[in-house]
Formats: sequence, structure tokens, C-alpha cells
Amino acid sequence: MAAAELDVKYVAHLARISLSPDEEKKLGAQLGNILGYIEKLKELDVANVEPTAHAVPMVNVTRLDLTAPSLSHEDALRNAPRQNGGLFIVPKIVE
Amino acid sequence: MLNQLTISELTARLVRREISAREATQSCLDQIDRVDGKIHAFLSHNNADALAQAEAVDQRIAAGMAAGQPLLGVPLAIKDVLAVKNQPLNCGSKILGNFISPYDATVIEKLRAAGAIIFGRLNMDEFAMGSSTENSAFVTTRNPWDTARIPGGSSGGSAAAVAADECIASLGSDTGGSIRQPAALCGCVGFKPTYGRISRYGLVAFASSLDQVGPFTKDVRDAATLLGVMSGSDLRDSTSVPEPVPDYTAALTGDIKGLKIGLPKEYLVGGLDPEVKAAVDAAVKKLESLGATLVEISLPHTDYAVATYYIIATAEASANLARFDGIRYGARVEGSDPIKLYEATRGAGFGPEVKRRIILGTYVLSSGYYDAYYLRAQKVRTLIREDFLKAFAQVDAVVTPTTPTAAFKVGEKSDDPLQMYLSDIFTISCNLAGICGLSIPCGFTGNPKLPIGLQLLGKPFGEATILRIAHAYEQGTGWHLQKPVL
Repeated sequence: MAAAELDVKYVAHLARISLSPDEEKKLGAQLGNILGYIEKLKELDVANVEPTAHAVPMVNVTRLDLTAPSLSHEDALRNAPRQNGGLFIVPKIVE
Repeated sequence: MLNQLTISELTARLVRREISAREATQSCLDQIDRVDGKIHAFLSHNNADALAQAEAVDQRIAAGMAAGQPLLGVPLAIKDVLAVKNQPLNCGSKILGNFISPYDATVIEKLRAAGAIIFGRLNMDEFAMGSSTENSAFVTTRNPWDTARIPGGSSGGSAAAVAADECIASLGSDTGGSIRQPAALCGCVGFKPTYGRISRYGLVAFASSLDQVGPFTKDVRDAATLLGVMSGSDLRDSTSVPEPVPDYTAALTGDIKGLKIGLPKEYLVGGLDPEVKAAVDAAVKKLESLGATLVEISLPHTDYAVATYYIIATAEASANLARFDGIRYGARVEGSDPIKLYEATRGAGFGPEVKRRIILGTYVLSSGYYDAYYLRAQKVRTLIREDFLKAFAQVDAVVTPTTPTAAFKVGEKSDDPLQMYLSDIFTISCNLAGICGLSIPCGFTGNPKLPIGLQLLGKPFGEATILRIAHAYEQGTGWHLQKPVL
């Protein structure tokens, strides 16, 4: 579990971020340093501790099944980098 | 100088028709023209739109239709992370391109309904990741007390704009201290409400289990007023809590006799600047002289908060920021297939700190590491939260320094992310525990003269109590009345 195991290139690909070789090198060193610091959590015994996902847990939050105003088609598309005919334009996905 | 007024002063004078909303708004715009070339708090501001809103307020006042609006004619500036309809929204990042918000955040709707004039986009660290605004893709905001220094972050623009009287009050967001830390470093009041107190609808998500919206103001009364307007549950945010909203200004009685305030021993050690320590010690004595009882308490897991935070916050960020993919909005760098498009768009659009955190967050959630990092951090979060709940069984509030030092110089920590993270050491636990907290001015360093902040932490939904303590302290000291020379 040593910090050095972080393969920056592989994780950046998982995160869908392209990095220059310089960025890879710099990030690798910085992340190693940060992960080294984070290791201190291993000092604690958490065997019988429940995890906290939210500090103020709310369960089964529902709303009435009613129609309410929402974004118009035009508003939903107005910030699109490329659009045509009321649709987002994306690269070809299937052959 | 109308731009120097507080919300309560401004609205009182408007109602008496001594001044107009247009004059108040123009006064803020004039101050921006005069000082923002050296402060750089604003990324943009639409003067014509601000003045049109002000004129509409003046017409409502003239027609006798504005009675009872708590923010009548108050010019409020907004951190660039909240959606304001038809205004730009960039989160201090290049990746949003020319994004224009198609709707208002819930808090903006509430502020408008209370009579506020919503203007200006305030600078921030990119996606609220940072403690200095040096991570903004556009500009570094400067501290109004010393322009060689940072204003704090991530809501640095929001703090600097209030300290420099460029607006009457502002909004920011706080994920690990991003309201309280810059408020402390710029010498204004900053409030981080209890998680779930204020709707997050229209707040661009960084770490959804930690983020809260909150105000920057010139005094505690204004913070109470804004908090009252913005609080309450919202059908569009299922994590907002249906807890009644009290009249927070009614809590400002000036009387804190008999309140118990905890002083955590873990917060007064190592790395604390001597001048900050002296100011906080003096503030503690002042609280005692006002009738509060100070009790030493222990928050034993304090030392683990920064490490816990940088796992949980980055994990949540790595998921939240997946939406910035160049497909539905924002900037796009084309690629021959969708994966190449995503990678090129995100590689070009995100700055170094955002990349660092997304990659760290992706790693701690990845197969084989989830239990060792993310799950363990969630368990330590439980321990940190229990520390506070145990303390609050004993005391009504907790007092600490807001930051270990006063404002540092631009560039001083920008090459060392870990040192930058450690500057948030006193503010981070509050978000992990989901409790409320505020920072108020409690003195200044000697040379140069820089503000020092006092942090008060309250029980879940204990906003009224810490406002009451802060108000009594403020009225008993007057630190908040000092202004930077600009």
C-alpha cells in the first residue's frame, strides 16, 4: 500500500484526463507526498467503527409526483459546445 | 460612502427614503472602479443590469410595495460557483467556457424575493479547490490589507470584496473552510451553516457531503439576516433538512451569561503563530468577562482531520467533476472518439490543483484501494463527528483560532500542495462533522497589520447560539469597524 504504487498515467486515464509527461512527473511526486501524509490514518483502530457518508443522514426523501417547471429544451442546449437540430453533437460511438 | 454601510444600516436608510437603491448600487460600482484594479475580487460585473435591478427596487419603494423585505435594495455579490440566471458561471475554471446560467440557484431566488440586488461574479480557486485564490484560472485576488498577500480561499473574492467595501455583503461556499478562512484573513464575518441548513440547488458541487453556501458580511447582525433569508429545506435538494428556521436576529441579545464555551486543547499547539495565539487568548478572556464560562475540552481526532478530508473531498470531487466532459456544456477539445474527446477536453480545461485532486480521488476509490483509503476515512469521519457530539454534550459552543497564521504572501505556498492543505487545519473538522461555524475579526498582527480571525463552532442547527456569542463579542470589542486603507 505504499504511496509509490500510484501509477499516475493509469489513474489519469481512469479519470479521463490527458497529462503531459511533465505533468505526470510533477503530479507523481506531489501525490506521493500527499499519500505519505494520508498514511497516518492507519495509526487508528477503526475495526468497530461505522462509516459516515453524510453528517446529517436523511433517508427515503421523496417528493410528490407532480409536474413542475423545468429547463426548456432551448435552455438545456444553450451552453452546448456543438449542437444541431435540437441535439448534442458527439463523436461517432458505434461503427 | 454608501458602499461602506451594513445591510441593517442601508435598509433602514432606504425605508426612510434618505437614499435610493440606485445610489447605493452606484456607490459599490464606483468603489469597484476605484479599487478592484488592485484587489481583483470580481471576475465580471454587469453595471447596467445591477442599476436596472436597483431602479426596480426604487420604483417598488415609491409605490409603497416593498414593506417587510429584509434585503431591500442591498447589493450582494456572488461567488462564481452559484448559478445566477443569465449571468456567467465559470467556477474560476476554463473548462466551463462561455457558460451562462439558465436558472437561479435556490439561495439566489430567496435573496431576490427578499429584495436584494444580485450583481457580480467573485473570484475563487478553481472549483473551490484551494486556500488562496491562486488556483483561479483567471487571476489571483489580493488581500485588501496588503496586496502582496493572498485573501484566503477558496472564496477569496467574496471576502476581499466585502473587506474592500465593493459590495454590502457577498455569498461564498465552504467545503473545508472556504468561507471562514478567507473571512479571517480579510477581516470580515464569514458563516458556514450546518450541513443541510441551506439548499445546495444551483451550487456547483465540489464535495457533496461537505459543501454549504454561506454569507460574508461586515457584522454579525448582517450574517444573521442573510442566514435567515437563505435557510430552509428545498424540494430540489434532498439533503436540505426540514428543520424550522428561527429568527436569527432575535438571538442577538448581547447577553451570553451562563453559556459554556469549550476550548479544545488540540487547537492551541504546534504551528500556531504567536500573534494569532495572543489575539485568541485575549478573545477568550473577553468572552469570560462577558459572562461565558470557558471549559477546556478535547477533540482527540483533530490531528487526523486533514488526511480524512483529502480522501473524502477528493473522492466526491472525482465523481462530481466527471460531468465536465465537453459534451453538454462548456469548452470542448475534439477527439476522434469519445474517450479521446473527454481526455483532451479535461486535460486542457482543468488546472493543476483540480487535476491533482481528481486523480487522488479516483485513486482512493479505485479497485483494491477503496477499503484502505475511502472506507477508512469514512470511519475516521465518524470518530471526528463523535468528538464534537461528545463535546457539545458539555458545552454550548467551541472557540478556536480560524487559521494558524495571518494571510501569507502570494506564491509562498503555491508550489507545495500539502503545506497549503495544512493551512486549513482548524476549519476542516467542522465540515466533516456537519456542524456550523463562523469566523469573526478578533485583532490584528503588528507589522504588517493583518486581520486575525476567531472561530466559533456550534451544535448541528445551533446557528443562533454562535451568532449570539459572536455578536456579544463583536459589540464588546469593535474589531469589525477597522477598515483597510485602499
